[in-house]
Formats: sequence, structure tokens, C-alpha cells
Amino acid sequence: MDVALSVQNLRSYYLMGYFGIEREVRAVDDITLSVKKKEIYGIAGESSCGKSSFIKTIAAAIRPPLRVLGGSIKYNFLDRDLYDLDEKALADMRWKHLSYILQGSMNVLNPVRRVRESFKDFAFPHMQLDQMQFFDVVNRHLERLHLSPSVLTAFPHELSGGMRQRVAIALATVCRPEFIIADEPTTALDVVVQKDVLALILEMQREIGSSMIFVTHDLTVHANISNRLGIMYAGRLIEEGPTRDILREPMHPYTQHLVASLPRIGDLTPKNALSGAPPSLAEPPPGCRFHPRCPLAMDICRQAHPELTTLAPDRRVACYAVSPLVKPAADTAAARKATKAEKSATFLQ
Amino acid sequence: MTTLLSVEHVTRTFATGGLLGRIQFAAIDDISFSLESARPEIFAIIGESGSGKTTLARMILNTLAPSQGTIRFLGEDISRFRGRRNRLQFMQKVQPIFQNPSEAFNPLKRVDRYLFASAYHFAGCRTRAGRQAAADDALKKVGLSLAEVKRRFPHELSGGQLQRTAIARALISSPTLIVADEPVSMVDASLRMSIVNLFKNLRDELKVSIIYITHDLATAYYISDRVLIMQRGKVVEAGPAREVLSSPRHPYTILLRESILSLDDVDNAHPDSAAREDKKTAS
Repeated sequence: MDVALSVQNLRSYYLMGYFGIEREVRAVDDITLSVKKKEIYGIAGESSCGKSSFIKTIAAAIRPPLRVLGGSIKYNFLDRDLYDLDEKALADMRWKHLSYILQGSMNVLNPVRRVRESFKDFAFPHMQLDQMQFFDVVNRHLERLHLSPSVLTAFPHELSGGMRQRVAIALATVCRPEFIIADEPTTALDVVVQKDVLALILEMQREIGSSMIFVTHDLTVHANISNRLGIMYAGRLIEEGPTRDILREPMHPYTQHLVASLPRIGDLTPKNALSGAPPSLAEPPPGCRFHPRCPLAMDICRQAHPELTTLAPDRRVACYAVSPLVKPAADTAAARKATKAEKSATFLQ
Repeated sequence: MTTLLSVEHVTRTFATGGLLGRIQFAAIDDISFSLESARPEIFAIIGESGSGKTTLARMILNTLAPSQGTIRFLGEDISRFRGRRNRLQFMQKVQPIFQNPSEAFNPLKRVDRYLFASAYHFAGCRTRAGRQAAADDALKKVGLSLAEVKRRFPHELSGGQLQRTAIARALISSPTLIVADEPVSMVDASLRMSIVNLFKNLRDELKVSIIYITHDLATAYYISDRVLIMQRGKVVEAGPAREVLSSPRHPYTILLRESILSLDDVDNAHPDSAAREDKKTAS
């Protein structure tokens, strides 16, 4: 199968230095994954586990203090690594090849300008059409998304939450990009609207044939939309596999907890929440980052973090308790040292 | 048996439009229900955005007056509670919890300040030691302690901790009724259950009645005793939670019920991958 995006050992940290005190927040730590063509890859994890930092990094939308310290990001439509491109190439690639549907569509649309101005801002420069033709295309596109062309003359506050979200989807798909990143597109919506919006995203993705990374903490949404699922915890990918396998037979204790804690209609068994809080990414615990909350924690978990190991075709997990095949990641110390060197280099620049 | 809260034929209208094309729009249209004080329960109000859930909550909290109808708390009309002393007495018995904990607390003020102010006004703690003891006591009920919260700003606590602090603040005055307006919709799925279980404990151990406003049918089914389903300001279905949610009658309830996403959808959403799996296991 063709690969649309391949990310290798990606590390991007927030680096801060105030008055000689250096702090690093390891938001994305050593993530390796690949997204196939025409696939929806889901990423799940709680808030502050680094989901959004990861997305920003692969979309080349990072600003200091967030910096990429290592690893590579390769898209199939680019001949080089994402971070080897210059500003102009990036601007050309954005929206045409890579677009995103952001969390909170209210923040995407300019509140003091009509929706048509947003379309002009985002998509017009990439389409090489004159204005008449461009709005012709936009109108036809809006119709496919069950929106009337009159939304173009409305202000964002005149539209309901569901309509705004559909406008944001229209905005992200009007140039028919090869790759779409969706960051919690349905979190602020209520159940009825959420279902419609998901169906719409799925329909659009099938029609354009693009690949997609879909981020949300809601596993029931993933069950409906993602082909494969990656679970993130404290900046690391801890489990990955086809959605159905992960939800039916979760291997990592954290995933098991996530799946078991979901309430369902018709099920009254007590659901327990996990004790403790997610770790601070500025001072993550040594070893496996989940060990302070893990019911199965062993000695080795406290010493070295487990490597994301392929246990079955398409199934990777990072937990010593799951299988003896999972070994400590060898590169921890080396990576730390390299990080130090690179970091001082970045500071010198 | 005394009635804790009774909402009698309450209507609230808002005017929209300009001076000439003024339209009266009923956000709440003739709603009645009552809660008994002898039997603490979790009463869920379910509806989509714009169905008037929050307007109803604000009227029960006495921050918004109904256009028609009366709301009685322990037999007394709450619109009669005028003046600072009466209002404080009412607020001591009825406490709110809001949707987004990071917006409910002022980001520039320390979180413990809210706890101490509540203790001062509602629990009558006039000494600093008394306020700290009251705050610590309430935080213990939600699984936190004053040491964790003291002198912290909202950004220094996680969303789950903040929401639990908000609940602890509501508990300081030992209320008989808590109005929780979408308390878990901004909290992560993994922390959601800790908040929901906490409500269950409050009902069972502290005998607090809770009005739980939500659009999440799954948690409502899990914790509530009775539900009220609202659509555009009207009640479309009401009754015992399990009964209404497992066999809904009104078309709107059926729509809501069908819109819930479930983990079991994974088989329908990926028929090809399921089939591939079967083939793999067969070969």
C-alpha cells in the first residue's frame, strides 16, 4: 500500500530559557508512524498529551518555543522533508495539498468578516481561477455539503455551530487536498449534529480520495470514522492498530482503561476512573510514562521506557506487561545527549 | 413528604429582532416538574444546543426571572427572595456547577480564594482556620485536599482537578440542591467518569439532589434516576431514566438515542476490515 505520510522518530519540544534557566517540555517524543493513502488515521489521547503539538509539527505550523529537534516528516506529494522546504514552497503546499479542519470553527472564521472573505483568503490564491469561476466552484462545493450558497454572505455569528463546522469543512476541502488534518472537529457539537458532521467528513474524504489524520479524545467517534487508531499518552505513541482490533482487544493498560470506562446505554456496571493525573511533560516520570497510574507496573517500567514494538502485522504496542517481546528503547540515553547538543545549537542561532 | 423544588408551568420568552419586527421567542415553554426532598435523586435534563437547558438552569438558580409561572423552593416562591440576606440563604441551599471549569474561575485569581469566600459567606466561618478547615473538608469529599489546591492559579490545575474543585466549592455550604450545567462536556473522556461517579456519591452519601443538565445520553443513563427530554423549550418526554432511554417513545428521543455513537459501531463502520479479519482467522 502506498504511504501518504511517514513520520520517523519525530521529536518536537517546547524549549524555553529564561534568565539562564532552561526548561523543556517534551510534547512530542520519538513518534514514528505512517499514514497510508486514502486512509483515516485516528489519534486518541487526553488533553495535554501532545496531540495538538504533534499536529502542528506535521503541518509545519510551529512557532517558537515549540521546535523540532529530530526526526523526519515525509509526504508523498513532496520530494523533500517537510522542514527542508522554504516559506514559499510551504505556502504553495498548504491548502492545495495539505489542509486542516480545526477545533472550534468559530476561531477559524473571522468574526467581523463575511464567510466569503474567508474563502477568498484561504482558497482563492491556490485555485488559479478568476473570481467568477472561483465562486462557481465554491457554490457547487457548498451544495454538496448541504449548505445553501447564502452562507457566503453571512457573518459567522449568524450561523449555528453545526453550520459553522460545515463551513470549516467546506473551506478545508474546496481545493481537494491530498491530505487533511482534522483536530477535534466535532467536540463542541451536540450528538445529533455530531453524527451529521461525521457523515459529511467521511463522504468528502471518500469523494476526494484524500488521506486524513483525525484527532479526538472520544473513542466512540473513532469507532465510526477511523481505519487505524494510534493512542497517545504523555507525548508518546503507546499503541497502534486497526480501530476495530484496538477497541475490541486493547492491549496497553491505558487503552484498556479508556475502552472500559465508556458508559453505554443498557449497561449499569460501575465504571471506575483511573486514579492520578496525567504527568507533566516538563518533568515526565522516568521509564514508562504511564507507570505511576498503571495497575500492572513492574520494576522495569520505572527504569526504561518500552519501545513501540510490532507484535502482529499492523499492531504495535509499548508495554512490558503485554508481551516479553517488548524491549526497552535503546536510544534513550543517546537521544537525550543528541538533544542537548542540538538544543545548544538552536540556542546559539 | 415535602417538595424540595417545584417548577410550575414556567415560561420564559426573549424578544429578538429590531424595534419594528419584534418577535417573542419562547426559550422555555410551559415546563413543570418537581423534586422531593425525602428522596435525593439525580434528575437529568437532556436536550440539544438551543433547547433551553441553560435558561431553565438560570431560572432555578434565581438569576433569571420566569416570564410566567412560578418556581418554588421548599414551598416558597423564589422570586420573593429579595435582599441580600434572603438571597444568601437561598444560595446556601442551591449551588451551581458550570460547564467549563477553566472559564468558571478567574484566571488571575487563586483558586482557593473561591473556596474561602464560599466558606465565609455560606458556612459562616469567620476565622481563617475555620475557612481552611471547611475548604479542606469539602475538598476531601471530592478526593482532593487543600494542600493540592492552596495558592494555585487555575492554569496550574488539570481540567479534572478544577472541575472537582468547583464541585467542592459548591459543597462547602452543604446545599440540598446542586444545579450542574453540562459539568462533564469539557472534561476528557478518561476523567469524565471520575466526575460522574462523584455525583453518584454525593447523592448516596451526602443526600444532595442534583439537576444534571447534559446532552450526553450515555452518562445520563448511567447515573440519573429520572430524565426530562427537551426540544426547543418544550418537554417531549419525561420519566424514569432507564425506561425512557432504553425504550424511547417520542420521535425526538428516538433520534437522540440513534445519534449516540457507540463503540459497537466499529463493526458497521468497517465492514471490510471486519470481513478481512474473519478471512484472516479462517485461513
